[in-house]
Amino acid sequence: MSDTGALLADMTERLLAEHFDDNVMRAARTGIWPQAGWDAAVEQGLPLALVQGEQGFDIPLGEGLALIRTLGRHAVPLPLAETMIANAMIAQAGLTVPEGPVTLVPECSGIVLRQDGASGEANRVAWGRDARALLIESDGNIALMTAGFDVAEQGTNLAHMPRDLVTVDGPTEVAPLPGISLLEAGALVRALAMAGALETLVELTIAHVTERVQFGRPLSAFQAIQHALARLAGEAAAASAAADLAADAFAHASPQTPIAIAAARTRISEAAGGAIGIAHQLHGAIGFTEEHRLHWFTTALWSWRDEFGSAVWWTRRLGVESLRHSKQGFWPFVTSVS
Amino acid sequence: MLRFPSPPRHNAAEQLRGEVREFLSSAIATRTPLQRAESWNGFDRDFSKALGARGWLGMTWPKQYGGHERSAFERYVVVEETLAAGAPVSAHWIAERQSGPTLLKFGTEQQREEILPRIAAGDCVFCIGMSEPDSGSDLAATRTRAERVESGWRVTGTKLWTTNAHKADYMILFCRTSGTPADRHKGTSQLLIDMRGTEGMTVRPVLDLAGQHHFNEVHFNDAFVPETALIGTEGAGWNQVMSELAFERSGPERFLSSIQLLLELIEALRGSDSELAQITIGRLTAHLLTLRQLSRGVAALLEAREDASTHAAIVKDLGATFEQDLPEIARSLIDAEPDRQSTRDLLAVLAYTMMSAPSFSLRGGTREILRGIIARGLGVR
Repeated sequence: MSDTGALLADMTERLLAEHFDDNVMRAARTGIWPQAGWDAAVEQGLPLALVQGEQGFDIPLGEGLALIRTLGRHAVPLPLAETMIANAMIAQAGLTVPEGPVTLVPECSGIVLRQDGASGEANRVAWGRDARALLIESDGNIALMTAGFDVAEQGTNLAHMPRDLVTVDGPTEVAPLPGISLLEAGALVRALAMAGALETLVELTIAHVTERVQFGRPLSAFQAIQHALARLAGEAAAASAAADLAADAFAHASPQTPIAIAAARTRISEAAGGAIGIAHQLHGAIGFTEEHRLHWFTTALWSWRDEFGSAVWWTRRLGVESLRHSKQGFWPFVTSVS
Repeated sequence: MLRFPSPPRHNAAEQLRGEVREFLSSAIATRTPLQRAESWNGFDRDFSKALGARGWLGMTWPKQYGGHERSAFERYVVVEETLAAGAPVSAHWIAERQSGPTLLKFGTEQQREEILPRIAAGDCVFCIGMSEPDSGSDLAATRTRAERVESGWRVTGTKLWTTNAHKADYMILFCRTSGTPADRHKGTSQLLIDMRGTEGMTVRPVLDLAGQHHFNEVHFNDAFVPETALIGTEGAGWNQVMSELAFERSGPERFLSSIQLLLELIEALRGSDSELAQITIGRLTAHLLTLRQLSRGVAALLEAREDASTHAAIVKDLGATFEQDLPEIARSLIDAEPDRQSTRDLLAVLAYTMMSAPSFSLRGGTREILRGIIARGLGVR
């Protein structure tokens, strides 16, 4: 890891631990924007961590992506992942990186790009009410919009994070779409965040079964518990590897990046379902209460796995791609992805 | 939390992949899909020698023992490509995968010089003398006993599920050289058994569910084994055998056993507009891609000479589940009866794979044993 990357990783972990304590997390679920956490993240330069070239600080892309996993480890209730990936694409497209939170509006949102601007509406826009800029994709172009949009209706996902109906009518700066689509970019950052959240899920569960005593022994002394934990660790490891697969492909600008993202979303979604079931079983009733930390990670995972394309949408996309191949062609296709 | 490293982008390995594919496309061109499905059990000494001649066995070993001092990633590519193509690997791969590395790590100089070059040449078949009638995955309960006698040992006991014992040149025997089974792992050792010239040893076939002869029961009745047969240190057999098992559990063979069935299924469903088919194949492809990523992460750990035993157990557990689920998933998509005699490749391969699948979570350590190892790796046991 580069020096800057290592420093940033270490500082980010500490920043998140400090700024996203239980009180901030609970407040965020009632709609209170964690301003101090956002300011600290900006001061540290997180929004620019994935930006390559002169507008960023040129840490290797893989190390920048690892920071998104760290955000997931803390289920951070801020549009940081969106801003990071949006800024990376804005800079890559040759546009100027804006100030403040940016959110992604993928293709097929119902927004039409014109020569001089954009109009229409988009549903379930992540952090629409907090965004200072929108990055919109349409017809092979991206458009950056810093004014002329409004929230028509507020909504949230299962983790109480804003997902709003946004109306758009205003001027934009347009450039050809660089690299992958906004849907794929959004899916990638969700995959990474989910891998991070699953790490925390495993850690919370191990801590619980080690501390909790039942029938005179710690839960972890029971073979049935050990085997369930092993399955949990296996699912988390699979999710982590699947996220790496997608991140590695993206960082190396592999032409198979969309396939790697589809595989990651498919495998992580399944891992999340299995892991959440086991984690709750092992936590017992305490994990089912609203105030327990486990709750935040459970609801974040449930939400993220269907954002920027539902799990089944990604799985089907991968299946269609796989079924294009003959039995001789399928294995070379598999090895071309990583 | 266990993290698997990402494999590096390895140009030499990817270049090798093309060479291996080209070789395989002619070397096994005539093998039918059913024969390809039997890859693990396909026994063909000529094929193994051809691989050896290419320098594709013992790839990571020192040159002085016939190795080629190449990376774990290059070896990974050869193993993966031969299995994905359904090549007959059974005549070399126990030797190459685990017996050779065990001798390299613990064997005497004489054992290494005599045997390793032959394994690297694809001309030496090994079998594994671990399981017993009363101790399968519970290796510490081993009862086969080697008593010290003048210039060697007298071995008495029975090994079971010994794949290829009837064809093997050597066995690495795990046995008790002191104490009793109650001592568990203390007092155990490994001996190199010459399968051709050991008197007092008999090999009896045990047929499997598919009616095939791969397993054997091997009886030792006061069989004499010379002093030079000891591998490593007397009494240190447990740690040695655990190291061997890490090799046995770490490779891509742990999720590629059913690959021919997946290929036939894809061929049959190709271009299908069935959403069920698309979603099912998408899910299987995602699992396969992820398992490769995990397994290549293990190769990265091996390359860095780090302990990979817990990681290997995770790959084997997830891999066995994947390859074991495949016949059931295929059945949910194919409206026809599995039939080994069928002229439809898919049905013949489905029948064979179904009949083999129960072994996938048994061989190399049962699922329950693996989960115990993973739990220990997580620090809760």
